[in-house]
Amino acid sequence: MALDEQSGVRTGVPESAADPQDDRPRMGFFTDTSVCIGCKACEVACKEWNLVPEDGLDFTAMSFDNTSGLGADTWRHVAFIEQRAPLGAQETNLGRPEGAPDSVDLGMPSFDLPGAYTGEDERGEFRWLMSSDVCKHCTHAACLDVCPTGSLFRTEYGTVVVQEDICNGCGYCVPACPYGVIDQRKDDGRVWKCTLCYDRLGEGMEPACAKACPTDSIQYGDLDELRERADERLRNLHEHGIGSAQLYGRDPDDGVGGDGAFFLLLEDPEVYGLPPDPVVTTRDLPSMWRHAGVAAATLLAGITATFLGRRR
Amino acid sequence: MSTSDVTKEGIRGARPGREAMTGAVSDGHRSRESPDRGRGGGSEFRSYYDQPVLNQITWKPQDIGGYLFLGGLAGASSVLAAGADLTGRPDLARPLRYTALGAVSGSLAALIHDLGRPERFLNMLRVIKWTSPMSVGTWILVCYGPLAGAAAVSQATGILPGAGRLAGLGAGAIGPAVAAYTAPLICNTAVPAWHEGYREMPFVFVGSGAAAAGGMGMITAPVGQAGPARRAGVVGSALENAAVATMERRMGMIAEPYKQGRGGALMRAAKVLTIGGAVGALVGGRSRTVSAIAGAALVAGSACTRFGVFKAGQDSAADPKYTVVPQRQRIRDRERAAAQEGGDGGEQGAQDPAGD
Repeated sequence: MALDEQSGVRTGVPESAADPQDDRPRMGFFTDTSVCIGCKACEVACKEWNLVPEDGLDFTAMSFDNTSGLGADTWRHVAFIEQRAPLGAQETNLGRPEGAPDSVDLGMPSFDLPGAYTGEDERGEFRWLMSSDVCKHCTHAACLDVCPTGSLFRTEYGTVVVQEDICNGCGYCVPACPYGVIDQRKDDGRVWKCTLCYDRLGEGMEPACAKACPTDSIQYGDLDELRERADERLRNLHEHGIGSAQLYGRDPDDGVGGDGAFFLLLEDPEVYGLPPDPVVTTRDLPSMWRHAGVAAATLLAGITATFLGRRR
Repeated sequence: MSTSDVTKEGIRGARPGREAMTGAVSDGHRSRESPDRGRGGGSEFRSYYDQPVLNQITWKPQDIGGYLFLGGLAGASSVLAAGADLTGRPDLARPLRYTALGAVSGSLAALIHDLGRPERFLNMLRVIKWTSPMSVGTWILVCYGPLAGAAAVSQATGILPGAGRLAGLGAGAIGPAVAAYTAPLICNTAVPAWHEGYREMPFVFVGSGAAAAGGMGMITAPVGQAGPARRAGVVGSALENAAVATMERRMGMIAEPYKQGRGGALMRAAKVLTIGGAVGALVGGRSRTVSAIAGAALVAGSACTRFGVFKAGQDSAADPKYTVVPQRQRIRDRERAAAQEGGDGGEQGAQDPAGD
């Protein structure tokens, strides 16, 4: 699984994929957005643990989301979507597993259900979707493939991490990422992104965002196990009639070979600002080299031809 | 939507275990249409508040656009200089050798200047990675730069003329790679206007490089020896314009940034300048003045092409439309193909041969 930065030298193939020889489990995130409450504890925990600088105190005026997207100084981003769409009847505990203990009233302060006074007619159709976005730690990671210094590397956990003492800020990984995750820190020059808390994993701790998540929307673990859990959850939601629920980045056959951090979404990916069908750019690189080779030969032949014929 | 609808129901139940539960939803009849934020322009799509999917390219246009232009000029100039040297046209070879050295120095300077940490430039030489055109390109430049430099310095000083000639031929041999590799460099990204043009972009770039080198030859060499430069300018201009036209046709809606805004203006300027320069080379090649003007038009046109391509890339990264619409289309095509094939094509786990 772990693949060092020399992979390109060894194979010459645009594959930053996990090495099948390595039987250490690949670790990742499963973000179940159906239980995200948009509290942004993940954003805060990430910043605190990783000492990520302030990313601008902006007012985007588009929703409760004033972080707006992932970047050099935003490694977790909670998307917040307001939709004119039916929420359906409020049903607490939907999808609760059989035999689970009844819910307990903690005596927290509470209000009536929204629109309880007005009745169904005036309630309107409205819902909020929240989703905590993060680096996908792709199986075929474009950022890692294109990095000319070997600063980006694949760890023993199958995650993708920037070595900040090597990065020279060439910025190639930024447009290479199909998800718009990695970015350059302006005053620093280098690129930064989620490390999946590489320093915590070594100590047997889960990443800060997963630790802080109060609803377990962010789950950290062995990727195979997370996938099973996600499939189960999806089946459960579909059984309960939530047909729009879908897994994103779960499929190992997709354009990036599956994500190390994948999601359960309640809408199409683009609504959350995610590309619907991302493809690692280096998939087409062999063809690009071939086309460039032909073009170079054309240039050589063409200029040679200008010297042929009558001397003038 | 600012009534006190925000309800804190209180946490019902203990913290859920891993089998998290849905607090409040049901009735999953969610319709798929209703484009919340569709945009005009014919192609309907949805996005996150019109925010771009990709992060904007951090390369500075003058640095990397200039780098693309100078790389092409240097590479093609070396090829032309080597040919001139072999066919006994010293007055054409000399200025082109100087051009090659100047251009490759400028492109290297631009590349280093663009780094976030210029002092760490040498980290580029830690590895060779075929998966990174920037790595490959750095190594190409490492081979090419000294040869082009030796050829020019030997030319200027008269020291070691034999070795200088040899170095010039070596630079001419590597020159096409210098001119061509910048196409995979920018196409090997997720930027729609670059990636989707990866088949034609190398031809745009070598054509543009040949036009620029031909133009430099026409400006600097006496008309008696500049015949090959004029022909290189004409052929390069024709190749570039043909490749751009093919590229735009193939890309469909993703080609919009090449036609609109400042990117479009630069591409149109490039077309006028390169075609004008080529016509000038064809009809007025025997006149020193016309040669110089036409040559300058070719050089300027080549620069416009590079900056236009760069700007189009930026524009296509800034608008989620160019990311979402083609990818949605790909999914639809795949689903349709799967449905045709197997009666009930499952959408899960569909293979991904798409990409077109």
